[in-house]
Amino acid sequence: MRSSRKYVAVAAAAAAALALAACGSSGSSSGGNSASGKITLTWWSNANANPLLGVFQKLMKEYHASHPKVSFSYVPIQNESYDTKIQVALQGDNPPDIFFQRGGGYMATQLKSGKLENLTPYVSSWISELGAEAAAWQINGRQYGIPYDLHSVGFWYRKDLFARAGITSPPATMPELESDIVKLKAAHIVPIAVGSKDQWPDAFYYDYFAVRECSIATLKSAIKTVSASNPCFLKAGSDVTAFMAKNPFQPAFLNTPAQVGAGSSAGLVASGKAAMELQGDWDPSVMEALVPSSQWKADINDIGWFPFPAVPGAPGNSQVLLGGGDGNSCSTSAPEPACADFLEYLETASSQKLLVATANVGLPANPAASSALTLPAEQTILAATKQTPYIQEYFDLAWPTNVGSALDAAVANMFAGKATPQDIVSAINQAAAQQ
Amino acid sequence: MTELRDATAAAEQPAAAVAPLSQPARRRRSRRELVELVVLLGPALTLFAGFVLLPIGIAAYYGLFNWSGYGPLSDFTGLHNYRLVLADPVFRASLWHNVIIALLSLIIQLPISIAIALLLNRRMRGGSFLRMAVFAPYVVSQATTAVLWLLLLEPGGFVDELLKAAGLGGLVQDWLADPTIVLYTMFVVLTWQFIGFGIILLLAGLQGIPRELHEAAGIDGASAWATTRHITLPLLGPTIRIWIFLSMIGSLQVFDLVWIMTLGGPADASSTMVSYMIFFGFHSLEFGYGSAAAVILFVISFAFAFLYQRFALRRDTEGALTRAVR
Repeated sequence: MRSSRKYVAVAAAAAAALALAACGSSGSSSGGNSASGKITLTWWSNANANPLLGVFQKLMKEYHASHPKVSFSYVPIQNESYDTKIQVALQGDNPPDIFFQRGGGYMATQLKSGKLENLTPYVSSWISELGAEAAAWQINGRQYGIPYDLHSVGFWYRKDLFARAGITSPPATMPELESDIVKLKAAHIVPIAVGSKDQWPDAFYYDYFAVRECSIATLKSAIKTVSASNPCFLKAGSDVTAFMAKNPFQPAFLNTPAQVGAGSSAGLVASGKAAMELQGDWDPSVMEALVPSSQWKADINDIGWFPFPAVPGAPGNSQVLLGGGDGNSCSTSAPEPACADFLEYLETASSQKLLVATANVGLPANPAASSALTLPAEQTILAATKQTPYIQEYFDLAWPTNVGSALDAAVANMFAGKATPQDIVSAINQAAAQQ
Repeated sequence: MTELRDATAAAEQPAAAVAPLSQPARRRRSRRELVELVVLLGPALTLFAGFVLLPIGIAAYYGLFNWSGYGPLSDFTGLHNYRLVLADPVFRASLWHNVIIALLSLIIQLPISIAIALLLNRRMRGGSFLRMAVFAPYVVSQATTAVLWLLLLEPGGFVDELLKAAGLGGLVQDWLADPTIVLYTMFVVLTWQFIGFGIILLLAGLQGIPRELHEAAGIDGASAWATTRHITLPLLGPTIRIWIFLSMIGSLQVFDLVWIMTLGGPADASSTMVSYMIFFGFHSLEFGYGSAAAVILFVISFAFAFLYQRFALRRDTEGALTRAVR
């Protein structure tokens, strides 16, 4: 799901974001109104287009039918405008009751506003059903957000192009991937598409090499202490440099967007112009929109998924995945328990199946809805998430926002040949010192 | 504003000297003038103060704090942010990019604009159509221009194919992906978008030059070049100086096209001061730091505008236009 990533850069939106910020948050109204016990929950979300918008509307309608006193005022906000608008609203006096949440350090940055409701008392009875992922939405043991879907990053690849290059099975180790790159190039196929213009797709490579080079304990402490001083983060940078030396990417990749237009990295894979892309599980829903539907239907069985390969000799666990999720938070002014209760409603198996099957959000937050995943590749991802001992949230969201964006920018510079591994570590640690 | 006050005072003094007996009438009139001033200037001044002066003051204040945009302003850091911005090589590079765009505008856009304006100023068939065609890109929004050129400049896109078809395939570049080229690509797009405005401005200036001067020069046997060199260009001076002013200020504030086409990349090779500010303010949520960058951008623009008005535009505004414009 493309709207699930933070830095998707349909940059025209930047101007709109400013305009929206200037207009302030007059649209929100806090719930708890009227003596009759009727309440209206204001919900801001980046789900501004079908199918997700339609699914949310259906779920609100259902909830209202079973809870007649609760109605909704839903405010869809374009994804790139959302961050600016919610920042202004949370800093103001009248934030929305429910609002879209990205979790991790992004949520921790928002927590400084003092407007995020601690949901622990309302959700403690059922939150464990969501599994370990829900813990990533806690700060100091308190639940400030509830994910409605889960994401994990891996290589999406085209089986037809692999076959044409004489590759029989997806690579399991980095040397195998590198030899596959050579084979694909020999067959005049672009091995990997990357959307470097947006920066965050570059960071996936650095993040994954760090995940392979660092132990799980190191990763956890690096997130907690907001520090990249462990030498494994330096090693991850030199791994990226070594990988870049294979020239695996499409021509002019530095100005290729990730998800916008047929020339985007997703579009190149969807149209068979590149063989692989390191992207989130939402990628098929992005690809689908970028090619004619007849072509997509014909090609869908050629699209496969494999996890980021193991790095031989690296101390990290090779089954650890990079991922994240989308969720919602309640503001402190929201009427409770109605707000938390609705977030729980989004986690029921029936709601989750609808989100997965109709809205293609990715993996469901509630494992009970996994049966609704339709693509064979999605079952592969599901199996990988079941095997993994740990899912590392994308560093740019796991760390506070300024640290995350410093990381993305530094990795992007490395992709442009303008930064060393040490530059990345320094950028992270310098931004962390600003905290 | 001071000019206006001076003018009012100057108008009042003779009245007081000549007719000391008409005190009540004068007071009534001055009260009426006061009401007029409040009614006519009040709304504009309120808006100006509220939406221009106040935000500048607030931004300067935010710049003194390490602030993520959430919670109270508690981490006072003095001028630390300002020092960091000025010391950051990326900010310096961004400023340099703005300066390069400004210089290229002067060296390339201005002569082309003058040449085209001189051409279009002649009576010719389809003249008004050509004027419209030249001006058309300026009417298109910058977002549209950016998307249009993104498509044209795609690898293997229209521009590449056109060059290949013309036998110039060797000139094909990674227009927006090569850090050594991207800034110049952006300059070409900026020129495409904004040159029409300059041409129309200069055309208006040309129309203001009295025809008699040309006729007289013709009778004296001056060549077309001499007429252009010694009559047209000097009389076009005020317009050219205004063009330079607008162009320089525009160059310092380049943002929309760059942000949509490259996000300032790759590796900050096309970043500008405004894209730098937006990146740190809204993207990284370092509002204190971003505000400091905004204030520095303001000071640079203001200093340029002030000095240019003082030394270059003054002779144009003095006399020719009303004094209050100065």
